[in-house]
Amino acid sequence: MKAKHQRLVLALVALMALIGAGLLAVSALKDEAAYFYTPNDVRIKGVAPGKSIRLGGMVVKGSIKRAADGVTIRFDVTDGKATVPATFSGIAPDLFKEGSGVVAEGAFDGSGAFVATNLLAKHDERYMPRELEGMRYDESTHEMKAER
Amino acid sequence: MHRFANPTRFLKIARPLTGWLFWAGLFLLVAGALCGLFVTPADYLQGDTVRILYIHVPAAWLGMGGWTGIAVAAIMQLVWRHPLAAVGGRAIAAPGALFTALCLMTGSIWGRPTWGTWWEWDGRMTSMLVLFFLYLGYIALAEASAKQGQQGGVSSVTAIFALVGAINIPIINRSVVWWNSLHQGPSITLRGSSIDGSLLWPLGLTLLGFTLLFAAIVLMRMRAILARNKVEARMQRMARG
Repeated sequence: MKAKHQRLVLALVALMALIGAGLLAVSALKDEAAYFYTPNDVRIKGVAPGKSIRLGGMVVKGSIKRAADGVTIRFDVTDGKATVPATFSGIAPDLFKEGSGVVAEGAFDGSGAFVATNLLAKHDERYMPRELEGMRYDESTHEMKAER
Repeated sequence: MHRFANPTRFLKIARPLTGWLFWAGLFLLVAGALCGLFVTPADYLQGDTVRILYIHVPAAWLGMGGWTGIAVAAIMQLVWRHPLAAVGGRAIAAPGALFTALCLMTGSIWGRPTWGTWWEWDGRMTSMLVLFFLYLGYIALAEASAKQGQQGGVSSVTAIFALVGAINIPIINRSVVWWNSLHQGPSITLRGSSIDGSLLWPLGLTLLGFTLLFAAIVLMRMRAILARNKVEARMQRMARG
């Protein structure tokens, strides 16, 4: 075997080991590196009341209600499998809307409602001009279609 | 590849190529940026903020592509002992770091109005920041070994560091798929694009423009490193003679 081939084999073996180590590390991180809990994660794993977490999901359509004090809002967060009621007092970001993504920082109170101290709007991967608003991106055909 | 092992032959091609790549890249970049700023419609949700994508996406692509190039150069250096590989790796490092920083900054500027935050430690942002630090580490190692007079200016340790760091590239790419993240998932996949065509086309121009410009900068830096090596070799000969 020529020295060049020896080095090639060595480099390939080292690369394989490296990728293996990286994959192991990443799969071990799977839960720790998640940026937020989904309502379903909360249902399965359970989160102690008072523990600071981020809760992420979609704001349920028609669920945003403004309280009498004018700054507190109530809304439901869902991931399609479970739904969690949440409250927030303060200024929500512009993109916080019903039917779009949200990441709320805060903790659960004793009654199972989520009290958010900060709201972040999560943008999805769809980009389109205003004329197409209300159209929906079809995952299977990759075309824009009118919503319902 | 070994046809270009001879620097003279490489320079013969690199010299005219630099100008072509530079001007073509600059033209496409300016055209794409102007179209992205004035021609395309605003996004239905983000409004005009969406336009930063024409800079942000190419910056991310070149930040990650740059490190991929460094890793390929490292393999060529370690396995085939290609004399230009080390020069290439060193030449890519600085513009790669610059584009990674540009990606982080434009992302932050976009994140404030869209998400409501300048910075969050989610998987995509954290792994991209790690890439920036990897670049800084590579530059420090490469420049240190260049000062010690290593051939071409990159020690084996530096090349191995480049290969180890390459594991971060697929992690950046998959971070929004593997983990819940604030950053949205991939818009452009092999199966299609969820960015509407009317918003998408200037991205092709800036993507190609930035890439050609990047290649021109790398060639310029390679030529500068080769010229400096030549001067140093001549000085040493004179000192001895």
